[in-house]
Amino acid sequence: MNTFIVAGLLLVLLALAYQFGWSKSRALATTNGTRVHSRSQYHGALVALWTLVPAVLFLAIWAFFSPGVTHWYTVSQLPTEVLQGLDQIGLNQQLQRIRDLASGYGVTGDVQPFEQAAGENLARFQLLSFLIMIAAAAGLGVLGLWFAQRRINPRLRARNEVERAISWALIACSAVAIFTTLGIVASLVSEAFRFFTYINPLDFFFGTVWAPKFSSTGSGDAGQYGLLPLLTGTLMISAIAMLVAVPIGLMTAIYLNQYAHRSVRKVVKPIIEILAGIPTIVYGFFALVTVGPFLRDFGASIGLSISATSALTAGLVMGVMIIPFISSLSDDILNQVPTSLRDGAYGLGATQSETIRNVLLPAALPGIVGAFLLAVSRAIGETMIVVLAAGNAPILRGNPLEPVSTITVSIVNQLTGDTDFTGPQSLVAFALGLTLFIMTLCLNIVALYIVRRFREQYE
Amino acid sequence: MSDTTLASAAERRKLVRAGLGRRHLTERLFRGFGILAIVLALGFVGILFTDVLRKGIPAFMQSNVHLAVTYDPELLKIDPAPEQAAGQSDADFRAARLAWERKVAMLNWNNVIEAALRKAAPEGFEIDARQILTITETDARHRVRERFAADPSLLGQTIEIDLLASANTDNWVKGNIDRNLGDAQQQLSAPARALIDIFEENGTITQGFAWSLFTNVDSRSAPASAGLLGALMGTFWMMLIVIVLAVPLGVGSAIYLEEFAPKSRITDIIEVNINNLAAVPSIVFGLLGAAVFINWFRLPLSAPLAGGLVLTLMTLPTIIIATRAALKGVSPALRQAALGMGASKTQMVFHHVLPVTFPSILTATIIGVAQAMGETAPLLLIGMNAFVAAVPATPIDQATALPVQIFLWQGNENRNFFEPRTSAAIMVLLAFMITLNAIAIFLRSRLEKRA
Amino acid sequence: MDLLANKTKPPVTKPLNAPLDPLDMLEPNIRLTARDVTVHYGAKQALHGISIDIPDRAVTAFIGPSGCGKSTFLRCINRMNDTIEGAKVGGRIELDGQDIYAPDLDVVELRARVGMVFQKPNPFPKSIYDNVAYGPRIHGLARSKADLDEIVVSSLRKAGLFEEVKDRLNEPGTGLSGGQQQRLCIARAIAVGPEVILMDEPCSALDPIATAIIEELIDELRTNYTIVIVTHSMQQAARVSQKTAFFHLGNLIEQGDTEEIFTNPVNKQTQDYIMGRIG
Repeated sequence: MNTFIVAGLLLVLLALAYQFGWSKSRALATTNGTRVHSRSQYHGALVALWTLVPAVLFLAIWAFFSPGVTHWYTVSQLPTEVLQGLDQIGLNQQLQRIRDLASGYGVTGDVQPFEQAAGENLARFQLLSFLIMIAAAAGLGVLGLWFAQRRINPRLRARNEVERAISWALIACSAVAIFTTLGIVASLVSEAFRFFTYINPLDFFFGTVWAPKFSSTGSGDAGQYGLLPLLTGTLMISAIAMLVAVPIGLMTAIYLNQYAHRSVRKVVKPIIEILAGIPTIVYGFFALVTVGPFLRDFGASIGLSISATSALTAGLVMGVMIIPFISSLSDDILNQVPTSLRDGAYGLGATQSETIRNVLLPAALPGIVGAFLLAVSRAIGETMIVVLAAGNAPILRGNPLEPVSTITVSIVNQLTGDTDFTGPQSLVAFALGLTLFIMTLCLNIVALYIVRRFREQYE
Repeated sequence: MSDTTLASAAERRKLVRAGLGRRHLTERLFRGFGILAIVLALGFVGILFTDVLRKGIPAFMQSNVHLAVTYDPELLKIDPAPEQAAGQSDADFRAARLAWERKVAMLNWNNVIEAALRKAAPEGFEIDARQILTITETDARHRVRERFAADPSLLGQTIEIDLLASANTDNWVKGNIDRNLGDAQQQLSAPARALIDIFEENGTITQGFAWSLFTNVDSRSAPASAGLLGALMGTFWMMLIVIVLAVPLGVGSAIYLEEFAPKSRITDIIEVNINNLAAVPSIVFGLLGAAVFINWFRLPLSAPLAGGLVLTLMTLPTIIIATRAALKGVSPALRQAALGMGASKTQMVFHHVLPVTFPSILTATIIGVAQAMGETAPLLLIGMNAFVAAVPATPIDQATALPVQIFLWQGNENRNFFEPRTSAAIMVLLAFMITLNAIAIFLRSRLEKRA
Repeated sequence: MDLLANKTKPPVTKPLNAPLDPLDMLEPNIRLTARDVTVHYGAKQALHGISIDIPDRAVTAFIGPSGCGKSTFLRCINRMNDTIEGAKVGGRIELDGQDIYAPDLDVVELRARVGMVFQKPNPFPKSIYDNVAYGPRIHGLARSKADLDEIVVSSLRKAGLFEEVKDRLNEPGTGLSGGQQQRLCIARAIAVGPEVILMDEPCSALDPIATAIIEELIDELRTNYTIVIVTHSMQQAARVSQKTAFFHLGNLIEQGDTEEIFTNPVNKQTQDYIMGRIG
């Protein structure tokens, strides 16, 4: 209710201010006969800005502080002897009763005199503070309006000022991306640092056993946090994924780019790109209920023991997920190789595959390597497929047919549903996240650099 | 002129010809590999979709038990519902009403359902109370009670009502359970199974479209009634936040970087930064959300607000990069024309350049939103995998999201029932995403034609 | 001069149904015959019934304003148009009496016999040596490393590039200057030992000095190869060719001895072009 009143007030102020600035500048233009620097719309917008910005800022500050102040006031209305007899839960219940009395909803049971008084006081206080807020916001708005309209004269560069405001707003938008990166780095580094106060970094980075102990009390043995089993699992799955995705993705790109008729390309390309749009949880489910059991049965039929959830299962399905990524990046890259090189090879009598293998691919190699690195970084950071299909067995071993665990799986396991970050059990997620972030960041920077250089080479 | 060419023309031709067979074989092999790769890629798409469809479609049909339920005063000993007396405060009336509802809830509604089931069963069919109640879902007593709480005058009357069959019944009817398994491995007792078969024959158990999938929230105690409504609303709130925040921020940021920012080291760094941000694993955004939004700003856990913010940050680079590419593609002629008319840079951008790029920005936005909609991992880290059996009314209520619901369901122990149901949820998710992408493609072609 | 000695005597080309060209009688040594060649790119017709005979061991120049179809026709001669999606070639082109569009003809073999040099120098991103060695390697022309070395060196020599690059054969070909790159491309084409060399405006991307060097080279190569050159520079055509054919809007307007065409063109359009009245 109050929110609507405030929003309505702001809208009225906005419209008033705009209209005011607009008509005043209009009047200038018609009566004075002098050239006005900016058009009336800009004067209107400028006045509106001056009116709205202070009021909104004030309301934001008010909204930030008012719950605290109201809480403090309500507590202060309680007699000391009542206050002393209450624990935290009791206090909250008492406060709720007073709020219900103040709002007129009423409470069950007998109303104590002090409650009645406190409720009435609170109601008065709330009304008063609401009126103050409205008055202050409106007053600030009117003040801004008065100041702004006083400045209106033919030489006022209203357009420039409005545009400056717009450009500041745009800069603020760009800052969000920067702050996101800073936020990621800061939160990962600080929480990881806290983790390293519990666990020696050497034990983390070079430990071969991953056995965190969950202790509800937060005391006692925290367990072992060795990264290596997770790292090998991550790398093993990524390697399998790349073994699947690179040949298929690259050959798909080559065929569609060089051999396929336009009509075929028009149909096949979007279908393969569908694979890229499928959420990873769907891949995970597919791996868990279809691919895993299939591999297990297939393994059994040839006398090979394959776990239903294993590095192989997760890697295969992740490879499928990455196919469109590689094929569309490679397709872009192949498109950038000038046709004159292709013609040169054909002109010498090379067959199509000779042209592709000996000329096109070597020319496109840097770009394709960049694409591969991006794909690897994606495989390393992929979460849902491995959570569902890798088997969650953080044991250092080299057999891809058995369950493994990965960095991302352990992040999910350690942090899910637990956010007080008190012990190494949950903090380790940030150390893992930092490792993951650094790995993918290095891959991305190198890959993006290579791809960029490649593009410049043929531009 | 001395000719140092080793072979003569004829000899050369012979040499070339000798190699042709092998070279053409290689060519055909290479081509074959290409076709094989495409067949594999398309095959994966095909297998994945048929697998999901094959598993999911049956889950859109559900077994219902059609019963005539009698609100027998013998079984239900209850006072009439209280009415608000004049002068009674709202709080007091609510308390009285709640007390009555509590009493209603305390009644043994299972007796009512048992009676109704026995009435539908053949005369003298031997089955004990516990067994016969396994046929309907455990939420049946709530349905029957809710009817009564809403309309207390039903006491003593008989109404026809469709109740959900239990998950095990549904499995049995649909043949998801091997009927030849021994009693020990069956979830349902032998008399219950026999009665279900009878019910199926006499039309008490029917198949109907599983509306509950869309109208119910998640449920653990009554799996057959588990639905997606809560998850859909959670996803709705998050997408709303993503659209409201990511689009203006992303477009604004792209405009600044592409049109206004001076070309300097700083803008270079921002550019590299955004490109890298686009490739940061989504789970890292989840860690950011857990540390900053939950732990630092103390936003409510499991709420679409925090989830929406995390997804906004994740989508931002996609929108920025696509918008920048679109802005880059606007011809310099248009810019020069606008500037030549005396437009300021801001006017040029907002009046001329931006409208031209609108289709691309729209498409990028929709694709970004579709991506965000399918994202699961970061949401797990901000507690959205909590079991929530309510529809979130606001973005700060506890909620889950569609992909997270899929994650939760796939982990349910009642695999026979939840595998199809998870597939059905996946179909719903994919339907949303395909619709979004189709809209993007459609709008793009429409708008581009007009432009 | 073993090229000449070992060459199978070209079968005397009996032009199919076309009337006898006066050139035929003066010059019996015809390597290439084209009759009624048409090219369509999709729905657009780029060439309208081109018929021409191209003599052995001479330079034939195709001239005409840009877009007149001269490059398109050149690309028909070694079937480079095959690589363009939607291009359709009609009519008949014969090399030594053999239909090069015959279904059983191997394009790879044809292109080994008819080499091509392109408008923009397009060395492969490989070393100078590997650029030249590429053709002989894929076609299996060298029996040993020494053979290959010799082919590379002699080709570079013939292209007049050897002295300039002999110390850096292992450096990338893309590092050379534009004129050197184009001579590298010529060496690359020669290394396969083609009988016909097609050149598609080989000097258009080069400065005058590099152009002069290439023109001298073309003149030298004439003694051993049948050369067809497309150029938009009439001076170049006059300098390097013995025969000239003038194309306009997809038609072959006039052909004959270069001297004749430039001094005494029969056709009005040719006159206008020579005089600089058609761009």
